[in-house]
Amino acid sequence: MVEGVSYTADEMMTVTAARHLRDGQVCFVGIGLPSEAANLARLTHAPNVVLIYESGTIGTTPDVLPLSIGDGELAETADMVVSVPEVFSYWLQAGRIDVGFLSAAQIDRFGNLNTTVIGRYDQPDVRLPGAGGAPEIASSAREVIVMLRHRRRAFVPEVDFVTSVGFGRRGEGRGGHRGAGPTVVITDLGVLQPDPQTHMLRLVAIHPGVDVEQARAETGWELEVADDLGVTEPPTSEELAVLRDLKARTEAAHSA
Amino acid sequence: MAEFTTLREAVADLVPDGVSVAMEGFTHLIPFAAGHEVIRQEKKDLTLIRMTPDVIYDQLIGMGCARKLVFSWGGNPGVGSLHRFRDAVENGYPRPLELEEHSHAGMATRYAAGASGLPFGILRGYKGSDLVQHTTVAQIECPFTGEEVAAVPALNPDVTIIHAQQADRSGNVGLWGITGVQREAALAATTVIVTVEEIVDELDRNGPNHVMLPHWTVTAIAPVPGGSHPSYSLGYSKRDNRFYTEWDRISRDPDLFRRWVEAYILDQEDFGGYLRMVQDSAALEEVLGG
Repeated sequence: MVEGVSYTADEMMTVTAARHLRDGQVCFVGIGLPSEAANLARLTHAPNVVLIYESGTIGTTPDVLPLSIGDGELAETADMVVSVPEVFSYWLQAGRIDVGFLSAAQIDRFGNLNTTVIGRYDQPDVRLPGAGGAPEIASSAREVIVMLRHRRRAFVPEVDFVTSVGFGRRGEGRGGHRGAGPTVVITDLGVLQPDPQTHMLRLVAIHPGVDVEQARAETGWELEVADDLGVTEPPTSEELAVLRDLKARTEAAHSA
Repeated sequence: MAEFTTLREAVADLVPDGVSVAMEGFTHLIPFAAGHEVIRQEKKDLTLIRMTPDVIYDQLIGMGCARKLVFSWGGNPGVGSLHRFRDAVENGYPRPLELEEHSHAGMATRYAAGASGLPFGILRGYKGSDLVQHTTVAQIECPFTGEEVAAVPALNPDVTIIHAQQADRSGNVGLWGITGVQREAALAATTVIVTVEEIVDELDRNGPNHVMLPHWTVTAIAPVPGGSHPSYSLGYSKRDNRFYTEWDRISRDPDLFRRWVEAYILDQEDFGGYLRMVQDSAALEEVLGG
């Protein structure tokens, strides 16, 4: 879309998230987009990033992306494998995780995440999978990177259910949780960060070719835009090649 | 001392209607054969306990075996929804399903407390989450530092069922790879049933992190080779990711689901029959086509 290198909005999102991981960081990874981004980082600028999946696989270096959190690939390429109670207590709760990656069905303007229900809890319109590891990742990881596609039904003024806490229903803050919470929200349209004072998410960067009005239209609250709004660097040909190769290997492995 | 038996007898003798059952295995070593046997024996009013209900509980819930579900994440990993679970929660079909839901860390803490013989466990968590209004959790103060922590009640299933790679002839259980929460779930339970890939003279001791349940903690052992399909048993089988993807289509429609269960579970003598059938990819289209 820019200067002849063509890429999709999802690829832009994954590449942006991968760039947020620094080499050597310890990262708690979920399945899907976060797993894609974390492994892209590992295969490009951050070869020493330590990936931990909640199945207890620590320091895993999968050759293909896992479909589930506990594919054999993750165990066989790990430095070590611990039990599930151990991964949540000794590793996550104790504060040994630098970055947690999360996604959600809904996010509100204060970075609270919903993966439980759409509608009322007792009579849901849509029953979502639930909490999984997310609440404790949100509270105990030093910082949280949120990844989700920018759509109005997902970016809501108030989530139907707070599964994982960002800055609280009224933006009151972290409520004593040890981690810093969601420091960045990466979407397929741009990048949002919480305002240091109000904790409200605001647009700090836009992806190339995306209009600010488009981001506003896909956000369910009055989206504030940073004065010094940036434009994301488009994916490099190396980033795209590594990502596409990883996804092709994965596709082939899972349909075998 | 563990008793060697068949899966059919173990389920008939040790899983009466109305009990609480934990079939654990975190993606790896999910005891699918046992789930199928429970369906085949038409068990009712069970309280099903499992961190990730997965396809195994989608099958049990869809067949109306469960009254209540205790869990922390109810999706089809990497694929999407568990449609039979959703249908039960959203529409009460085929029967209403009571939920007791926690986070993974909460469930793991509850099992560990149960295995330790403690009344409750503690963790940092839940504060600010709406889960607090809908589940069994209380904030308590540390008597030494004053820090507020979450207390969750111990989880002690009547029956825990797991699948492992091996048992030796004394009934010691060898299990390795992703070990999940199986040791805690087993030690927290009154009755423990273990299905195994094989019974061996001596357990392999070269795995990366062998977990062993000693024979005196196990009630019954039944050999079921391949008994974790479509999950897997490290060293014996690979996860059938294609099956998990196909399950989305099978479970979405209650009639297709019913047809699938009849052909693959109810019409089969045992899990061996199911395994032969899943190897025949043409059979699926035949069954779903009606």
